[in-house]
Amino acid sequence: MEVVCLGLSHQTADVAIRERFAFAEHELGACSGELRQRPELGEALILSTCNRVELYAAAEDSAAGIASIEAFLATRVTLEPEDRRYFYRRDGAGAIRHLFRVVSGLESMVLGETEILGQVKKAYGIAVEAGSTARHLNKLFQRAFNVAKEVRTKTNITRGPVSVGSVAVDLAEKIFGRLGTCRAMILGAGEMSELTARALMSRGAHGIFVSNRSYERAQVLAEETRGEAIGFEQWHERFDDIDILISSTSAPHMIVTREKLGHAMRQRGNRPVFVIDLAVPRDVDPAVNELDGVYLYDIDALQDIATQSMAVRRQELTECERLIERHVGEFFGWLANGGGQRPAMMAPNNSAGVVLGTPAS
Amino acid sequence: MEDRALLAASTFCFLLGFAYTMYVLGTGRYQPSRFGFGTMACGFILQSCFLVQRGHALNACPLTNLFEVLIFLSWSMVLLYFVVGTTYRLSLLGVFTSPLAFTFQAFALIAPLDSPPGPRARVVAHPWLETHAAVSIIAYGAFGLACVAGVMYLIQERQLKTHHLRGLFFHLPPIADLAVAINRLIRTGLILLTVGLLSGFEVREVPLEWSKVIWGVGVWLIYGGILEADKLRRVTPRRVAQLSVAAFSITLATLWGLNFIKPAVSL
Repeated sequence: MEVVCLGLSHQTADVAIRERFAFAEHELGACSGELRQRPELGEALILSTCNRVELYAAAEDSAAGIASIEAFLATRVTLEPEDRRYFYRRDGAGAIRHLFRVVSGLESMVLGETEILGQVKKAYGIAVEAGSTARHLNKLFQRAFNVAKEVRTKTNITRGPVSVGSVAVDLAEKIFGRLGTCRAMILGAGEMSELTARALMSRGAHGIFVSNRSYERAQVLAEETRGEAIGFEQWHERFDDIDILISSTSAPHMIVTREKLGHAMRQRGNRPVFVIDLAVPRDVDPAVNELDGVYLYDIDALQDIATQSMAVRRQELTECERLIERHVGEFFGWLANGGGQRPAMMAPNNSAGVVLGTPAS
Repeated sequence: MEDRALLAASTFCFLLGFAYTMYVLGTGRYQPSRFGFGTMACGFILQSCFLVQRGHALNACPLTNLFEVLIFLSWSMVLLYFVVGTTYRLSLLGVFTSPLAFTFQAFALIAPLDSPPGPRARVVAHPWLETHAAVSIIAYGAFGLACVAGVMYLIQERQLKTHHLRGLFFHLPPIADLAVAINRLIRTGLILLTVGLLSGFEVREVPLEWSKVIWGVGVWLIYGGILEADKLRRVTPRRVAQLSVAAFSITLATLWGLNFIKPAVSL
């Protein structure tokens, strides 16, 4: 028995193509079951996320298995000749390696992201419930989850935040610990400050105050974030109530000066405050960072951290691939020695990266 | 096994644990490991065995000279690390405690501090004196651990201020948690020191050594002042961390100086 995979992802197809082939969550069970019923396939599983659609199967003959999956897709979507170039095909060790890379976040749009693990687990759960998996795919996916865990714990592939929003959240957690008791203020209701506030809220921050030159706009954003709108001239009066200040006004001069903040810090008993300055030109005097208990980050500082984190993740790729290769070899060995019939002409390092019969680029 | 051999083995464990963790941190792949915890646990068991063996030989609490005081202090710190570190999941507290424990013990082993018990030591077996000495040293252990947490706070705070987030940044606890840990450790130390000082006054068999009383009260006042300033928010958390490091350094230095004035130590 061989493992085969047919799929497309953000690397091979843009969203307009991906959405044509995507499966709704409620369809996954029935479609997996339907796929398994095909005579060429013994087991089947469908993974469909916003960035990839992949169909895994166990088949006696890999070429026939792939062709059968393609035929199944053709029953759902009209396959145009040019669609073929969007798909990749993996079989044998190549399919195993591909799954291990996907589940470890190495094939993700944001290298090392961990959301994909939850998505694959969910897809597997649906397939198990639908009865479309058996010994081979069960073993493969269980191993894949172990691989993802090992890659995550033994390397730095998930280390460090890689977006401005996640950098802000991570820094806030390093200052305050849990964000459940933290309150934030948005000064200038721009898109970036709103995104950052939402990222903080997703980790527990609450009680958002919104202060904007246009009070109406402040009210709209306050409603959206279940916060409170305050007048632009009154923001410093609520400074004592907050832990995080996100500033993103279009003011041509500095709004938050060292003198103003120094006075406010004394008023609040020197409780730490995290100041995020997303404005260009900057809203916050860089000298406020010299004040005890004030942690100031401007847009460049946040972006630099995100870039550094991504560089660290890229450096970890070789180590991740080494770990994955060991598991590919072991799983392939299991398939060859009792897990299934030994596939002919298949070596553990055969990546078999082909796009529906044509070599992968 | 000779007691000094036990101590040497314990010292080696702390060195090994620290060296291993530094190496792993250097590779950028630090994870709280059984090895790091295991070396701390082995070091603690061996130093406990040393103290038990020494105690049996003296038929008293082994606090008769500066050598034993340093070992007891090291033991107190490691004991408190196991309580605090596991409660607050501050695994890196062990990494920072192990070099301090190693330094105390290595210094005690190398320096000629292990003098024979003096005449005062003969009354060390008095229960109040033993309580006074042991509880006071455990209090200093708590202050030592507050110092360790203070160092961690200052490292983390510096990285946050300078925006240079190195490998250690991702493993150090949030500064808010460290500030809480420092406060609780100082409070614990202060309570224990109060008990230690009060129990010292219950010893009737030997006259009070006023230099030590003044020293003990001085240490109490320093830490009491830090705690009060923190409570009243007169100082920033960073200043509290700096003070916890400075206060422990002063305590250690004066303990050393006091030993020259009054060589027979029973704190």
